[in-house]
Amino acid sequence: MTAVRKNPMRHLKIFVIAIAAMMGMSAPAAAQLRVTVVGEEYVPMRIAVPDFDSEGAGAAEIAAQLSDVLRKDLASSAVFELVDKAAFIERDLSFDMAPRYPDWQVAGVSAQALIVGNVIIAPGSNNMTVQFRLYNVYGASQQFARQYTVATPLNWRRLAHRVADDIFSQLTGDGGYFDSRVVFVSKTPGEDPVRGRLAIMDQDGANAEFLLAGFTSVINPRFSPTDQRILYGAYVPDPKYTGATLLRTYLYDIETGRQEVLAEGPNSMDYSARFSPDGRSIALSRAVNGNSDIYVIELARRTSRRLTNDAAIDTSPSFSPDGKMIVFVSDRGLGPQLYIMREDGAQMNCPKGGRDTTCRITFDSGRFTDPVWSPRGDWISFSRQGDGKFSIGVIRTDGSGMRILTDGYQDESPTWSPNGRVIAFERTASRGAGPKLWSVDLTGRNLRRMPTPRDATNPTWGPLLKVEAAQQ
Amino acid sequence: MRSLGLTILAGASMLATACASNPPPEPTPPPVVAEVPRVAPQPPTPLPANPTPAGPAAGSKADFAAKSTDRVYFDYDQYNLDDADRRSLATQVSWLKQFPSTRVEVQGHADERGTRDYNIALGDRRAQAVSQYLQSQGITSTRIQTISFGKDKPLDMGHDETAWARNRNAYSNIIVEAIS
Repeated sequence: MTAVRKNPMRHLKIFVIAIAAMMGMSAPAAAQLRVTVVGEEYVPMRIAVPDFDSEGAGAAEIAAQLSDVLRKDLASSAVFELVDKAAFIERDLSFDMAPRYPDWQVAGVSAQALIVGNVIIAPGSNNMTVQFRLYNVYGASQQFARQYTVATPLNWRRLAHRVADDIFSQLTGDGGYFDSRVVFVSKTPGEDPVRGRLAIMDQDGANAEFLLAGFTSVINPRFSPTDQRILYGAYVPDPKYTGATLLRTYLYDIETGRQEVLAEGPNSMDYSARFSPDGRSIALSRAVNGNSDIYVIELARRTSRRLTNDAAIDTSPSFSPDGKMIVFVSDRGLGPQLYIMREDGAQMNCPKGGRDTTCRITFDSGRFTDPVWSPRGDWISFSRQGDGKFSIGVIRTDGSGMRILTDGYQDESPTWSPNGRVIAFERTASRGAGPKLWSVDLTGRNLRRMPTPRDATNPTWGPLLKVEAAQQ
Repeated sequence: MRSLGLTILAGASMLATACASNPPPEPTPPPVVAEVPRVAPQPPTPLPANPTPAGPAAGSKADFAAKSTDRVYFDYDQYNLDDADRRSLATQVSWLKQFPSTRVEVQGHADERGTRDYNIALGDRRAQAVSQYLQSQGITSTRIQTISFGKDKPLDMGHDETAWARNRNAYSNIIVEAIS
């Protein structure tokens, strides 16, 4: 990762159209293949993903790479168990012909789902089309088919992720998360710990690059849930006094490259800013005279509303996906704990009884920080410090069902995948180790390293990237 | 490159002041550095008629580092000042009164055993505790600004109780000197 993004990202247009099932192959609704879920855990489904076929100059190489990325995405979810290529019997699959189902059903293959795809690079143009069919092997039917067209084969990886998301959605009923990106703070081992550069990568670690050339002390980037804007903090030299430092809050649009300063000290200090679900407002912590309280700022008019007024530290606000509630950290009790409140500041019925403007939802001996409301609305993730460790956990929004997902020397800064099934976080594996990014499923299974070129902190997972549906 | 310069400058000043620091108060047995006798509270020094040739220029940042205890330490998750801290801050007050055209940035710091946001809040409280004490002793608020670095700018790069105790501090950084 040496390149700095010099130009705003090209707006990549992907046209998508549905492909009609082949004659006589439409599946009755009852035959829809679905991954079995026990409790909240998926029972892995066996899926076969042979290399996509290809047509046109250069298409074969892209088809092989694309198929590989698709398989890696599906395998990384732990929802699927990939059938080993060596076991395949039918090796002359054609996109335009139904597969020989028995070949995929026999013992040793026993694929429940089969993906057959094709990559076409049109002669005389750069247009690339990726088409695929999802077969229900035991139902002997096609369940889903779609094709994507892009103006250039360069970003074939995005198409691999799109196809993986389609398959994931079709077979789980959940939204996908593969065609998304993660922003983080890149740290170089041995450098002053305050130094950190804003960086971005695909969720699988590919295409990592720095976002900005000039800012070397970035903290707490936070992705918009609706688009490609991010909020972040940066320690910058105070223009008025040499040797002094200001903590600024920036709003940065990755696609246009535009950025603006939302706040800077030194008379008050704003930090820990996070978008509302519609991206129009932000909640943040504002420290005035040594006391941090929660404020909501409407971005268009820059009007601010104060939501907490308490001598305690109130910080790390995060909105519920309907925008009506905010979870935050306060040490108004003993040590930092999680509290919820209404976004309009009104009184509410607390889960544990009573009426108040704020309700505590964590009560055990740990110290709870970094709350993030799931985009599905059902869970709040957090970092819990206790028994000499920092863990990532989740809790129901009424304070019930707390579950510790990781057990690390120092795990912190959780962020949800766009479908609310996976949590990425920052892990310091042992005393003095460099921080790295990891991910874990909501269930606590499937703990994985998210590869970054250097050390990394503060992951923030962006929304699914957009595609345009073509007129049919 | 500009912030790189800032970082190196701040790092150098930390090194320069580390040996003059008070011992960390908690929670381990005092490390070797704690054997250094405490800096006694000093009465305000009259403005020298002629600057001592060997010492730092009167009213300079280096002069502040030499004549005052520029860093106070805090217990885990705490931001209150104890008597030893107030004695340290008295040395800052007398220097700041002696050079009324100077300006100070109080930097609040936290140890790494906490999450980022919460440590920024904690560092802010520590910086404000010092700022408010300086104001209570007659230093006008217009000469003071504060910043919290949370856990991201440790004084001690170690990762043990001794380092963490040293990293829970508020450091007074002179940003306008009084040198003619």
